[in-house]
Amino acid sequence: MDDSEAQFALTRLSRELWMELSPDLPRSVEYEACGTLWVAADEEEMREVRRKQEFYASRGVSTQILDALQLREAEPNLRDGLAGALLVNQDSVVYPPCAAVELIARSGATVLRARSVGIESQKVMLANGESLEAGVIINAAGIHAGALMPSVSVPIAPRKGHLLITDRYPGFVRHQLVELGYLKSAHSTTGSSVAFNVQPRRTGQLLIGSSRQFGVNSPDIDAPMMARMLRRATDFMPGIARLSAIRSWTGVRAATPDKLPLIGPCPGLPHAFIAAGHEGLGITTSLGTARILTDHIVGKTPPIPLSPYLPDRHA
Amino acid sequence: MPEITIDGRRVTVREQTSVAAAILQAGVSSFRRSVTGEPRAALCGMGICYECRVTIDGEPHALSCQTLCVDGMVVETT
Repeated sequence: MDDSEAQFALTRLSRELWMELSPDLPRSVEYEACGTLWVAADEEEMREVRRKQEFYASRGVSTQILDALQLREAEPNLRDGLAGALLVNQDSVVYPPCAAVELIARSGATVLRARSVGIESQKVMLANGESLEAGVIINAAGIHAGALMPSVSVPIAPRKGHLLITDRYPGFVRHQLVELGYLKSAHSTTGSSVAFNVQPRRTGQLLIGSSRQFGVNSPDIDAPMMARMLRRATDFMPGIARLSAIRSWTGVRAATPDKLPLIGPCPGLPHAFIAAGHEGLGITTSLGTARILTDHIVGKTPPIPLSPYLPDRHA
Repeated sequence: MPEITIDGRRVTVREQTSVAAAILQAGVSSFRRSVTGEPRAALCGMGICYECRVTIDGEPHALSCQTLCVDGMVVETT
């Protein structure tokens, strides 16, 4: 959230929009205001906790520092000997597939299912040879965004991740838990890394991550990588080793060189826009992305400036 | 013959009795609850369907049809 001022601005705007929506989201969306705990393993990481708190506080987001004892009370299944944590109270989790279904239903949009193979100005070419015309086209195809527009430079690289979900263990974890070392994992732009990240779902299931790999195109589970990821999880939470997993899978994040999404007009392609490259923050920042891009298209001033996210900033 | 506890009730069963059979003998029909709160009970009896899960000696989601009763065992259904 606080990688850079621009990432913070988009995340905060999006978080506010999710909070506005939350009171009347259906149960299926599983909106859960569980808060995030950034877990510090040692004194060095506690210094980072304090830095983070000041960063948030000076930008109007209140957080709370937990010492070792308070962390133990907040999350009894974390291992002994951790230094503390930063609690970001208002952070929430959602179940993205149902959130998407709900947002589409509210928009009143007509959904067409087809594979698109190319975007021209005001035209989308489909795999079946047909094409669709529209006054405005937004390319939100994630890692495939570039392939749809060969003439446009789209600096997005796939970054593979593994996830695992457990059976239901209500109360085992109460907050979203992220190790502060996650930053080191998320920041490295080469090689592969793992970090402890667990989210409780409303059902009592635990969603366990995370891994990051560049340059891997296979969607298969990479067993050594999965093992590394789970070992990291059990380092922080030994009891995870006794839980039953019901499913594991992989996905690909759309990563950009400067860790900011591409949002705005496509250079050289009039009436076409891009909204892609959100890496691991796509669900969180979806609403903010939609707001600033829509405002830009209809000629309103967006609540935050679009300039840091413009697709041609790398040119 | 092993004596086990099912939901706080002491039950004596024959040797080699599965926990699922013991639960049914004790007259309990709901082994667990689905996500939406519906009662569930042993269906396949051979460890495939996972409908018979109960908490055994504090361990949640144990397969009762694949677990034999042991003297002193504590079983909880929901």
